[in-house]
Amino acid sequence: MTEIWEGLVTAVKLIISLDPEVMQIAGRSLAISATSSAIAALICLPLGAVIHFNRFPGKRTLINIIQTLFSLPTVAVGLFVFVLFSSAGPLGGFGILFSPAVMVIGQVVLITPLMLGLIISALSATDKAITDTAVSLGASGFQMSVVTFREARFGVLAGLIMGFGRAISEVGLSLMVGGNIRGFTRTITTAISLETSKGDLELALALGMILIFIALVINIGLNRIQQR
Amino acid sequence: MALIETVNITQKYGKQEIIKNINLKVEQGEVLALIGPTGAGKTTLLRLLDLLEVPSSGSIYFGGEEVTASKRLRLQARRRMSFVLQKPVVFNMSVRDNIACGLRWRKEKESSINQRVNNALELVGMTEYSSRNARTLSGGETQLVAIARALAIAPEVLFLDEPTANLDPVSTAKIEEVLAHIIGGQKTTVVMATHDMSQGQRLAGRIGVIINGQLLQTGSPGDIFSTPRDTRVAELVGVGNILGGVIANRDNELVAIDVGGGVIQAISDYGIGAEVHTLIRPEDVTLAPHRDASSARNTFEGRITRIFSVGALVRVELDCGFPLLAVVTRRSAQDLNLAVDKGVYATFKATAVHVIKRWN
Repeated sequence: MTEIWEGLVTAVKLIISLDPEVMQIAGRSLAISATSSAIAALICLPLGAVIHFNRFPGKRTLINIIQTLFSLPTVAVGLFVFVLFSSAGPLGGFGILFSPAVMVIGQVVLITPLMLGLIISALSATDKAITDTAVSLGASGFQMSVVTFREARFGVLAGLIMGFGRAISEVGLSLMVGGNIRGFTRTITTAISLETSKGDLELALALGMILIFIALVINIGLNRIQQR
Repeated sequence: MALIETVNITQKYGKQEIIKNINLKVEQGEVLALIGPTGAGKTTLLRLLDLLEVPSSGSIYFGGEEVTASKRLRLQARRRMSFVLQKPVVFNMSVRDNIACGLRWRKEKESSINQRVNNALELVGMTEYSSRNARTLSGGETQLVAIARALAIAPEVLFLDEPTANLDPVSTAKIEEVLAHIIGGQKTTVVMATHDMSQGQRLAGRIGVIINGQLLQTGSPGDIFSTPRDTRVAELVGVGNILGGVIANRDNELVAIDVGGGVIQAISDYGIGAEVHTLIRPEDVTLAPHRDASSARNTFEGRITRIFSVGALVRVELDCGFPLLAVVTRRSAQDLNLAVDKGVYATFKATAVHVIKRWN
């Protein structure tokens, strides 16, 4: 018990003193997850619009599949990306396995279904009369999508934030394809996992607190959005 | 050339036929009211005319050009029209930005947008609401903003779907006033759907009756109200007395119709033996305590079976051998001392009876 208490005290000290290693790991984590969230958003916003605003056979099934992939296991994506980018794999030629780049690719694959699904539900939740009104006022297809996104903005933003939250908190994927290389691919979650197994609880606890703090900020943000 | 013309349009949702083979011409500058019970297909017809929906079959011409099949032509034509939905929604932005939407989408200059938005705001009397978020408005105010938004683009055709349904009488009066102003002052063609017959009568120059997806009759309000084409239209426009009968006798254009329990005198071209419906508007029936030596051809002694108030009027149901409905003012109901089971004389002119052929 005293060990945990001492660990906590040291952890707080590490954070307050802006310990270079802790800051470096946290910064790397944020950078990778922010990049993957931004790329996923660039894919999901237009794709979500295309799926929502068009009628095509199998639309319902497609949305069901997307929703099923919300809970895609991180290790499954890790395995898939690993095989793809390993030296013997089809994309092995890029030589980017165990780099932040491949972690970003893996996280994009992981969070795209979640973002896409949440964006589609946010668009579906807008009143059908909004799109009718826009079209009747002479909006083109694109103009109508823009105004619908505007109406659904809080729901869409919530979807983007949920995607970021899943990216920054996952560990299996980062560990498998990033390799947890110190100062390069080591993120908050992989570092916690490593330091805990080494018995270095201070660093693990400090990083854990930072992760919880990030989660808290995200939740406060989400709550604010949903209350508007 | 009609501004909008539909040729045999039919709209199906799944197996259900909402619009059945409608041929309708909307002339430039006219005010057309589509009346019919809820669920008759009025909204769907408006949506088809505004090219929000594509008919399952048939064609729609706008300005003489067929626009049914081409997405580009539909957008072009739609940009010359606007539509106020039955339950209007406003975008989550200021009143001003809401009204500017249609103009921004047409890539108008910002200076002209400002001017036209101000004019539209003034027209509906909402100038001081300009910077309010439109979502914070009441139902009547929202309706006014929706009308201003639709008018800001200076449409050639304005579609209104039940513009005053679900509104309180004060808001309704305000909106009718604005609409009357638009109709009177601009060259806008207006097509409105309403289930309120009197509103159609007040605002429209021509009325189309839609029942069960069919356009049953079009004509001036006077025509529709005095000479409905069949019993469905008659019921809709409030002809309270619809009696089946047979023409028993004729003297020049005056006929005697046996309605079973009584003989009604009317003016008609149909020959003896023809099976007809006689339609009598309840407001054309007068009640008196004694047999009256008036010029009216039809006087019947009846017993009151039911009395009930409708606003400032009193509806009186009589048994004259056949059922007859009369409407009198509350004042005359008191003067006549009307009560259930009392006897009273009902009188109406032969010219007040509209006779239509019965189709079996």
